[in-house]
Amino acid sequence: MDWRGWAEIVFTIGLTLALSWPLGAYLKRVWTGEAQWLAPVERAAYAAFGVNRDKGQNWLGYAAAVLAFSAAGFTILYAMLRLQGLLPLNPQGFPGLTSDLAFNTAVSFVTNTNWQSYAGETTLSTLSQMAGLTVQNFVSAAAGLSVAAALARAFAADKAEGLGNFWVDLTRIVLYVLLPVSVVFALVLVALGVPQSLSAGTPVTTLEGAQQTLALFPVASQEIIKQFGTNGGGIFNANSAHPFENPNIWTNLIQMVAMNVLSLAAVFAFGRMVLARKEARALAAVMVILVGAAAGGIYAAETLTPQPAMAAAGVDATANMEGKEVRFGPATTSTFAAFTTGASDGAVNGMHGSFMPLGGGIAMFMIQLGEILPGGVGSGLYGMLVMALLAVFVAGLMVGRTPEYLGKKVEAREIKLAMLAVLILPLAILGFSAVAAVLPSALKGLLNTGPHGLSEILYAYSSAAGNNGSAFAGLTANSPWWNTTLGIAMLLGRFAYIVPVLAIAGALAAKPKLAPTTGTLPTDGPLFVGLLIGIILILGGLQFFPALALGPIVEHFQVLAVR
Amino acid sequence: MSDILAAGPKAKSAIGSVTLTREVVFRALRDAVLKLDPRKLTGNPVILATWVVAGLASVSAVVAVAGGQPAGFEIQIALWLWATVLFANLAESVAEGRGKAAADSLRASRVTTKAKLLVDPTTGTWIPTPAHKIGAGEVVLVEAGDVIPADGEIIEGVASVNEAAITGESAPVIRESGGDRSAVTGGTTVVSDWIKVRVTSQPGSTFLDRMIAMVEGADRRKTPNELALGVLLAGLTLIFLIAVVSLLGLGAYSGVKLDPMVLGALFVTLIPTTIGGLLSAVGIAGMDRLLKVNVLATSGRAVEAAGDVDTLLLDKTGTITFGNRMATEVIAVPGVRPEAALRAALMASLADETPEGRSIVDLARDQGMTAETPESATFIPFSAVTRQSGLDAGASSWRKGAVDAVLVGLKVGEAPAEFRQAVDRIARSGGTPLAVSENGALVGVIHLKDVVKPGVKERFADLRRMGVHTVMITGDNPVTAAAIASEAGVDDFLAEATPEDKLRMIRAEQAKGRLVAMCGDGANDAPALAQADVGVAMQTGAQAAREAGNMVDLDSDPTKVLQIVEVGKQLLITRGALTTFSIANDVAKYFAIIPALFVASLPALSGMNVMGLHSPESAILSAVIFNALVILALIPLALRGVKYRAIGAGKLLSRNLTIYGLGGIVAPFVGIKLIDLIVSTLGLA
Repeated sequence: MDWRGWAEIVFTIGLTLALSWPLGAYLKRVWTGEAQWLAPVERAAYAAFGVNRDKGQNWLGYAAAVLAFSAAGFTILYAMLRLQGLLPLNPQGFPGLTSDLAFNTAVSFVTNTNWQSYAGETTLSTLSQMAGLTVQNFVSAAAGLSVAAALARAFAADKAEGLGNFWVDLTRIVLYVLLPVSVVFALVLVALGVPQSLSAGTPVTTLEGAQQTLALFPVASQEIIKQFGTNGGGIFNANSAHPFENPNIWTNLIQMVAMNVLSLAAVFAFGRMVLARKEARALAAVMVILVGAAAGGIYAAETLTPQPAMAAAGVDATANMEGKEVRFGPATTSTFAAFTTGASDGAVNGMHGSFMPLGGGIAMFMIQLGEILPGGVGSGLYGMLVMALLAVFVAGLMVGRTPEYLGKKVEAREIKLAMLAVLILPLAILGFSAVAAVLPSALKGLLNTGPHGLSEILYAYSSAAGNNGSAFAGLTANSPWWNTTLGIAMLLGRFAYIVPVLAIAGALAAKPKLAPTTGTLPTDGPLFVGLLIGIILILGGLQFFPALALGPIVEHFQVLAVR
Repeated sequence: MSDILAAGPKAKSAIGSVTLTREVVFRALRDAVLKLDPRKLTGNPVILATWVVAGLASVSAVVAVAGGQPAGFEIQIALWLWATVLFANLAESVAEGRGKAAADSLRASRVTTKAKLLVDPTTGTWIPTPAHKIGAGEVVLVEAGDVIPADGEIIEGVASVNEAAITGESAPVIRESGGDRSAVTGGTTVVSDWIKVRVTSQPGSTFLDRMIAMVEGADRRKTPNELALGVLLAGLTLIFLIAVVSLLGLGAYSGVKLDPMVLGALFVTLIPTTIGGLLSAVGIAGMDRLLKVNVLATSGRAVEAAGDVDTLLLDKTGTITFGNRMATEVIAVPGVRPEAALRAALMASLADETPEGRSIVDLARDQGMTAETPESATFIPFSAVTRQSGLDAGASSWRKGAVDAVLVGLKVGEAPAEFRQAVDRIARSGGTPLAVSENGALVGVIHLKDVVKPGVKERFADLRRMGVHTVMITGDNPVTAAAIASEAGVDDFLAEATPEDKLRMIRAEQAKGRLVAMCGDGANDAPALAQADVGVAMQTGAQAAREAGNMVDLDSDPTKVLQIVEVGKQLLITRGALTTFSIANDVAKYFAIIPALFVASLPALSGMNVMGLHSPESAILSAVIFNALVILALIPLALRGVKYRAIGAGKLLSRNLTIYGLGGIVAPFVGIKLIDLIVSTLGLA
């Protein structure tokens, strides 16, 4: 551990924050319809899909559109994966996927999770990658940002019903934000050495003289949207630890910034749209402080926890390098881990299962906190707003008024819906984990026994329910039990959250927008930032602490005891 | 708090006087035990869950005893779990106890005698009829010494009525037919004269009946905020249920042998029993605090709304000013000595019994000048035509009155410039100038001023810091209104206001999403009272006003509305503080119970026992005991309420977060450790 490591953490977060500010200003113009430079293409798209751009939707209509769109996306992707063997652009001649794997994978990409029970380079054809997964990488991210836009409109509204039009939001976000940025940065990645190829691969002779085929794909084009849309699903099994996906520190920096920048931008766009910039800054501060703390915590765990076994073996024990790329080192890998788990991204440039128990535990806890730090694109914002509503409700009473947030009174209906949303995570994570922990067919997939094996289980369900998608390497999840239950966890984590959130949006939009008075709870200063951090940590901690005690925490104490 | 503004003697009310007597405490204890009936707990999921776990723990303790196994630990856990439920019940019944005792004393004043039902109002023939048989629309005769059988409207007569049964105020009040003082309340007594009353209430739903039901909490419904909080608590309970039940599977994987009793104990200590147990007590105590200041709220919803009030409409007269204009100075015209002008003003007012006239006499007396009414003096009363009044004695005459009227009467074409300036200055400052003449010559001008009550300005500053916008309502012209508004420090005013203006203003404020409070007593206030979110009617006011408002002030003190706002805020703050405290407590409980739960199978977890608790059993028992005792310890706070300070929302939040948030994290670490020391010293576990 040294100052350069800390400086890198601060620099990466600072750069992300600096870029997210202008991007947020632009995203707001996309949400409101002010940005018009692609108007002809936009009009053509509406004409092609028969969208009436002026028709507003209430929350039910909006939710129905989100669900219908996702269901259609799932069906197409599922069919494409099952029929892969019969479809073109399959240079390696991969067969169709089994039903459970196809279910899991289709759900995974539609829910913006990108959990991968398979190894990409040996399972999926170029067509499946490009026309199947990459398409969902764009539209699932756009769906999340659309829901966030609907919620933003609800906060801005004064006794209104309409939340906007999902089809318009979806189209505009893909067209004005995701596509242009992806095109530009895919080319930058290509320039930095990331392959972009439709060929089946290159045969090479290794140093030992063996023959090997290096798999090549259109990597760069998928890589950028993988991060920018907080998807995380790599072309290769090793994900961003693979030198083709992430060859050097520059591509690594682009990836780290890309996976947080849009989620933070959504917060700033929200602030502009609701005319609550200071309040939005407070939310962004909460996100940045906690993700920074997590990066620092992992970095400290990876470099400070004594590694007696390594020392005894005469290995350099100043840092735990197991599962880390030497070209990135502990600070970069720790920051990447905090970013990817905080952002519901799920890409990895190191193996979280090989981290020290506390390092892996922090990564897991970041997911369990609800993927709001800064969370997935759009989903991080609406998840954070749900937490803000709860924080305002609990502590806001202490100023002697019934709680209100951003001019909207927080009442029984909103609390009911918020609790419904919040319940999903412990239910899916702890419920499935408890069953898997005693189910022999599930346990067969574990690499380790003892606390580390339990961490593999907890991490898998946390990742699925949180729509993160990263894995605690060690779990072989390509079996009917894991594919099915993880798929269900992903569906719950996405849609059982989005529907209550849109219902909250409907309820809030219908309320009058109140002007703040000196008696109103201030929701913009350090005090509120501290309050919100406290609520997030305590609520999250209380739910998962007993489970974590049996996984990473006990493992940590066991490691200490070895000394 | 509002002693500065409290007008009139503080009456000791029939309901405010009930204190925590031995009888009240005894009844609370008995009720707490009766409430162990699980059917009574269905509205409170947190305590119901505790009840279920306590039941299961008892069964398991009994099974252990029957099986001849050592069961000391199980029995203690089971007992403390029951204690948790009991303490929660106790909180509620203590809160209810005061109300019940008050209701009993009210019930005693219900009419048991026969009322005089007029069968023919023209002849005055009446037949004795039991009060509870008299319905709305019937007319009764009430004579001196009779108790008024039901709420009604006086249709004939005037009487002095002792309303002590309702207000606690023993000085009788005048009630007469017509106008705003025609309403009478069942249960009050006519002291002199007689009245004919048309009954307006149905049997069993008189004001007194409603009052009894209210103070007893018989038809207490959960308020909106209480409902929302209940949802949150139920949700948390569900989350902890998931967290604890999942340990069965996760524990089995880890080879941990889990004692179901301990899992149950963990569950109960995690769910928000503190706020769950105290929630209804907080609500009842809020109503009770209003009762203590002699305000009756018709619903908890109204009390809650009071805390949220954004705009406060205040009648100028009686609330902001003393109601009567008072003389503050007499300015002489050039060539007249000031003493001479004052003397003329005094003489002109000697026989004037109006408050303004009295105030001139008082002003002169304060400056050391008195005078006797000369013999053979003739009082010239004020008339709408002359618009002046005064005194004639022999050749001398003194007059005071409206400036133009006096000048016209004196046939003074051009008043001195100094006089004109003084008149203008008085008018601009919101005062009323009265010209004074002596023997047909102009001598000076009296400055009559609407005097703002002392301390109001500070009070409005407090309100501003609370975020409450104050609006003064007055019939004065805009100039006068503006002057008084700026002197009193209200944020806004409505001049030349009619009752319709009031209603319009309330609607306009509400359209902007603001909650409005007002008080009123006249029948023409009724629509506005009904429209306002918090409408405080005066007990002495018209029946229509009392029906329209959602609160009744038994002291009929319009400044009470400020206190009502504070009580509402205090109620919400108390709820928030206890919720925050309750949730923050869980952090320490985890550090006590989790290592204890797993340490036998996973010894490494003893590293988490940061409190250094004696043994796993003592750790668990201590957490359970702390969890139960903290409810008991917080009952006084729940009843008294967290003190409200008008220091602005930010400061208030930071203060309460420190006390109840940080304090809530730290307190159980200390408490559980202390209890553990006691438990281990006594050898209980």
